[in-house]
Amino acid sequence: MPDAPPIAVAMSGGVDSSTVAALLVRQGHKIVGMTMQLWNQRRLPELAPETSGHGRCCSLDDVYDARRVAEQVGIPYYVVNFEKQFEEQVVQPFVDEYLAGRTPVPCTLCNNYIKFDRFLEMADAVGAHHIATGHYARVRYDETAGRYQLLRARDASKDQTYFLFGLTQKQLARTLFPLGEMVKPEVRELAREMDLAVASKGDSQEICFVPNGDYAAFLNAYLKDKGAAPQATRGEIVTTDGRTLGEHQGVHHFTVGQRKGLGISSREPLYVISTDAATQRVVVGGNDDLLCTQFAARQVNWISIAGVTAPVRAQVKIRNKHAAAPATLHPSTDPLGVEVIFDEPQRAVTPGQGAVFYDGDLVLGGGWIA
Amino acid sequence: MQHFYFDHNATTPVAPEVLETMVSCLGQVYGNASSIHHFGQAAKQKLEGARRQVAALIHATPAEIVFTSGGTEADNLAVLGVVRASARVHRHMVISAIEHSAVLSSAAQLEREGVAVTRLPVGANGTVDPATVRSALRPETVLISVMHANNELGVVQPIAEIATIARQADVTIHADGVQALGKIAVDVKALGVDLYSMSGHKLYAPKGVGTLYVRKGTKLAPVTFGGHHERDHRPGTENVPGIVALGAACDLAGRTLAEESARLAALRDRLERSVLRRIPGTGVNGGGAARTPNTANIYFDSVDGEAMVIALDLRGFAVSTGSACSSGAITPSHVLTAIGLSADRARSSLRFSLGRSTTLEQVDALVEALETSVVHLRRISVHA
Repeated sequence: MPDAPPIAVAMSGGVDSSTVAALLVRQGHKIVGMTMQLWNQRRLPELAPETSGHGRCCSLDDVYDARRVAEQVGIPYYVVNFEKQFEEQVVQPFVDEYLAGRTPVPCTLCNNYIKFDRFLEMADAVGAHHIATGHYARVRYDETAGRYQLLRARDASKDQTYFLFGLTQKQLARTLFPLGEMVKPEVRELAREMDLAVASKGDSQEICFVPNGDYAAFLNAYLKDKGAAPQATRGEIVTTDGRTLGEHQGVHHFTVGQRKGLGISSREPLYVISTDAATQRVVVGGNDDLLCTQFAARQVNWISIAGVTAPVRAQVKIRNKHAAAPATLHPSTDPLGVEVIFDEPQRAVTPGQGAVFYDGDLVLGGGWIA
Repeated sequence: MQHFYFDHNATTPVAPEVLETMVSCLGQVYGNASSIHHFGQAAKQKLEGARRQVAALIHATPAEIVFTSGGTEADNLAVLGVVRASARVHRHMVISAIEHSAVLSSAAQLEREGVAVTRLPVGANGTVDPATVRSALRPETVLISVMHANNELGVVQPIAEIATIARQADVTIHADGVQALGKIAVDVKALGVDLYSMSGHKLYAPKGVGTLYVRKGTKLAPVTFGGHHERDHRPGTENVPGIVALGAACDLAGRTLAEESARLAALRDRLERSVLRRIPGTGVNGGGAARTPNTANIYFDSVDGEAMVIALDLRGFAVSTGSACSSGAITPSHVLTAIGLSADRARSSLRFSLGRSTTLEQVDALVEALETSVVHLRRISVHA
């Protein structure tokens, strides 16, 4: 297919996207490989990247690996710099959300605003009609509904649809997920078979720009780098019935459902029930206090269906590691919102996290927990 | 697909005649130029022959030529060497805002060591006003460093005038000549500079070799330490094959410069005229100034330069958004910002640098590809 438009492959330097590039080349497609440079790991040196270099996004090592794969499979390869957009649309909102006492999902923002927006623009620029990524998910076109549908990956343990609920019809129409029908061991086997240099590279961590998952340390280092005065964040830790148990260094150190790191000894295990940025108050309680039957989702993006005008049965996932629970979606007075009522109470419904609605493998849509 | 090279300011291919000289040297002359025996003497002869060739091109004496590993090392040696050689307690230096990072970063290092640094602005056409140099001088000024030709714009600075001011004030003057050598005539005596940096790979010699002209009597502290090579200015066993190649490249440049610069200037002017006539929303950055004949820096409004470089590369045209040493940076070019371009316009600018292999047909094909790409990018509105 020498004259067919190329497919732009987002190459992170990991085994998944490397396999995608090699696989598409093997299938005879014309490919342009690109690595998105999103974050400068040297920017916050106090987070000691040397000691935790593994699985970090945008490190020089990852670019080296991606370039090596591109060379191996014989495709043009470029590094495109989206650091400015990434900071504005992912990192800054992530920090703001934490400071506001919510628990954000930066990977979803990155997918919405960078990987499936800015990267698509870059694909347009180089004349590519489609983009392909190493995400574990499936897309198909439903003739009867006239809509692109998003489906869970065949490998349930690797499924990434939770982070992809923001994709629009326009974006899905141009996106290929070649790994959606494969399980991870098959991907690794394929990478080995094609002799890719990254075949045995480890999996990346969840939030690429936060070393070792230490959000609080990242927040402090980032705010210091931005010249923002460290907020005098102190507050009380109180129980659901209003007793003060102790003090803390800021609500951004806490997330709903958290048990460790409260600095309080108690006979019964204590969990964070809620946080309030305005009063800097952290409410703690027992496990039962975390249970919740109902919540509102806002800024909902509908994918496989056009929306809900009457109650619709679904399984709803309220964080990445949550097993989607049976629920009913009710139309809301907020035209962009939906009311979710679980059949059984769920633990730690956390403001700021995404809520994704499934019908079996089908992703109906998703929104943000209010 | 054929690939056409319009990035000669980033680096040049090794000229065939230079390659031949270098390969024969690599194969046959392996002695250490410091050795007493026959083999060492053969290497020493090659080394000194090359030194004479470099000196001849810039009208220096061979004893004033110090070989380095490249332009960056030459700049470091000049800037750090002069300032650190001064015994004064309070030291001040003057550079322009559009220097190459080799000079900018050396100055920043000295700043961390307590040296005061003045960074002179440039006018809208990219030229340093010599009057600003004069008014920047202080009693404790020990060095002025201004590049001869700018890598991104090709703008040629009034070095002779600045050098006169330096001489009157008894201040050492260095010019980074990496982008001037081989493109315009260079006469260090007429320029009146004390130090002048040069690089092999911008001159159809290989990477990894450069030169610093050090006028006799200039005080220079070493920045690397070892043996007594290069008159104690630069220790380390000499890279004889690379140096021999640089000598051959200087020889070649001396013979072809006048004719080649006229040819390139005509091609460059044709490129600029065609682009401005055929593509709306374009203009030449630094267009009003004296420039090297091979460099065109053009903005294409509402087009992302990074996307354009990739799109052109896929069509077989190698161009750049600016300095290869800062590509991938998110901040717009410090040079384009210094001449007053908005961040958007700076991000929509491309550099085309022509060279020995460039033909009229290539230039015309480039203009076609530019027009197609700009129309496409504006239609899908990938904004800078």
